[in-house]
Amino acid sequence: MIEAFTVVSRGFVAQTPGLLDTDTFLLSVALKVALVLGLFFVVPLAVGYMEHKAMARLQHRRGPMFAGPAGSLQLVADGIKFLQKEDVIPRAADKHVFALAPGLALVPAILIFFVLPLAPGVWAADLELGLFYALAITSISVLGVMMGGWASANKFSLYGGLRAAAQLIAYELPLILAAIAVAVQAGSLSLVGIVESQANFLLPGTNINVWFVFPQLLGFGIFFLAALAELSRPPFDMPIADSELVFGYMTEYTGIKFAMYLLTEYAGMVSMSALMVVLYLGGWQLLPGVPLPGCEGAGGLFDCGVLGTLLGLGVTLGKIVLLTFVMVWARVAYPRLREDQLQRMSWLVLVPLSLLNLAIVAVAKVVF
Amino acid sequence: MSVSDLSAKQTIHPASAPGESLNLEIVGDGAFTTADMTLSVGPAHPATHGVLRVVLEMDGERVKSAHPVIGYMHRGFEKLAEHRDFRQNAALVNRHDWLSGMSNEIGLMLTVERMLEMEVPERAQWIRMLMAEYNRILNHLLFVGSYGLELGAITPMFYATRERERIQYLLESATGGRLHYTYNQPGGVKIDLPKGFLHQSVELVADVRKRLRDFDDLLLGNEIFQARTKGVGPLSTDVALSYGVSGPTLQATGIPEDVRVSEPYLKYDEVEVPVPVGENGDSWDRFYCLLGRMKASCHIIEQIHDHLPPGPVNVKLPKMVKAPEGATYARVENPLGSLGYWLESDGGRTPWRLKMRTASFSNVQVLPYLLEGVLVPDAISVLGSVFFVVGDVDR
Repeated sequence: MIEAFTVVSRGFVAQTPGLLDTDTFLLSVALKVALVLGLFFVVPLAVGYMEHKAMARLQHRRGPMFAGPAGSLQLVADGIKFLQKEDVIPRAADKHVFALAPGLALVPAILIFFVLPLAPGVWAADLELGLFYALAITSISVLGVMMGGWASANKFSLYGGLRAAAQLIAYELPLILAAIAVAVQAGSLSLVGIVESQANFLLPGTNINVWFVFPQLLGFGIFFLAALAELSRPPFDMPIADSELVFGYMTEYTGIKFAMYLLTEYAGMVSMSALMVVLYLGGWQLLPGVPLPGCEGAGGLFDCGVLGTLLGLGVTLGKIVLLTFVMVWARVAYPRLREDQLQRMSWLVLVPLSLLNLAIVAVAKVVF
Repeated sequence: MSVSDLSAKQTIHPASAPGESLNLEIVGDGAFTTADMTLSVGPAHPATHGVLRVVLEMDGERVKSAHPVIGYMHRGFEKLAEHRDFRQNAALVNRHDWLSGMSNEIGLMLTVERMLEMEVPERAQWIRMLMAEYNRILNHLLFVGSYGLELGAITPMFYATRERERIQYLLESATGGRLHYTYNQPGGVKIDLPKGFLHQSVELVADVRKRLRDFDDLLLGNEIFQARTKGVGPLSTDVALSYGVSGPTLQATGIPEDVRVSEPYLKYDEVEVPVPVGENGDSWDRFYCLLGRMKASCHIIEQIHDHLPPGPVNVKLPKMVKAPEGATYARVENPLGSLGYWLESDGGRTPWRLKMRTASFSNVQVLPYLLEGVLVPDAISVLGSVFFVVGDVDR
């Protein structure tokens, strides 16, 4: 965790030329923290609302409709309700670990927002190792889940925690292998660099400007599936599995702790979708090969002018919402897989396929 | 105490370890010890529809043995029935299986009528059939929806509820009840169908038939659903018969046994009753038969629309219906399987003894056999596809 903070603060420093100018430095840090926290609290709520409404439409019902216009404040109301609930800790639980777990699960979900580029010049930190940092930080959340599952002193929770651990280990590998292929293609580990290299990427042997999703369709599919499994979203929600394990590692959690696990899930959906947008869908670019109005290339904050920046912001968020909608759609359409089927799919299908993908990309990189 | 100190079958009680309350039992010795776990599924567990409790002995995620613990819902129906006259008993029997009220009422009334050697008007018999088939669809829809829920698919439940609401509304317009109808009485049904009922019924059955395809698309055609049900919890015909399993659970093993066909009651011999059968008796076949039975019911209802004759719907009864001394047994095809009522009378106005043979009770008995050796997720898949209602088990 300390390393992570060091890396982030180094990112701040690298981007702040007038480091000795304390006023500018503090202002910049404050702005970036505000950006990240705003992103962390607002976008997951919007995605949660979208899930409510989209699921309702797909299931022939109305969804929330009383709290706020068209039920848009439902999640805020839920949050207030969660705050008021009794905070129950089972007597046999390992109290400190039990209390710490949801918070720990939440931390990586915040930290990943620091490296996500949203628009030209709009990011908290452009790390050289941005992709590495993002993938490393997401794997911490398994700790929070396992701690919760073990400390609850509940058999269903224990099963849930262990299932989560097995699942997250199994899907970390294809996820990383698919992401590495993108890094090889872009020749950069920086998320901003990856977005920028998609601006003028020509499909090998042709003159057509494309995003990485086209040469890496296989990798995109693998990344999407693995991300879904990492997030324990249906059809890969075995760690929670309400009908089998009651609620898995969340069974004993009430009130705000439970809400924190839920927020982790939605923040995870946003951050994973944002990673996919950055890696495969050209980030803030509206069309492949067409720069935003007023944009020559990404630079500092508002380098593209207000219009270009806002447009880029809208495009990124739009793409994120689109991907999260697909996740919601999958939840509505599919039953849950069995844990062993999940493991088999990862080790026997996704890992070999992602290795193949990596090999093809590497060879193509050398040839073209 | 280190792990290697533990001898076989020793229960560990560490002072403050979180495992304490889990009561793990260590199996084997040396470093590679594993622990068996007793997992109590129910009565508050989401996979038990009602207060059933299944105690699972677990080795990791694999079930070593399973013991259904029944009796949480025991309400003494059979004893209560001895203190109510035959008309009042209708209200009682549609409660032991709260999803099949109409079929239960018809079963009891057939028993009473057989005892009284009573002739039931034609129209009443057809109306009873119509109601029983709607009740069957109503019952099966809930199982279809909740089975999807058990496998993690949330949407089928909403689709099932959508149709259930309409059927319940229709039945309510005729009987005044949504689940507990009390519509039948010795000699017929309480009142005739309301105006416009048939018109609505024709429309509704066409809609239901059309929308059943949603379940085909959403579940049967889904690869994950297939992976979760095919080959899971196979039940052979011999075992099924030896446990007294009936209804869709038995039909899935390949036997086209259906009381409506093998021992027709009411007017079932005048309509075509399709009986779906499975091959392997696994979860997939059980679910397939359940869907097939809904389509069959739609088919029967459409035939009833063509046959329904005019005329009276009940016979005039004395204030006190007294069954003559003796005993008789009648059985009907309840939505969940074969339902029988054994009625003994001492010539009074209440049964001297009313014994129920319910489908759910027999179906639950086969659970220990089916659950042995399966994984937890498959246990849920089996639990949801062996069709029973807990009130029907405990009575």
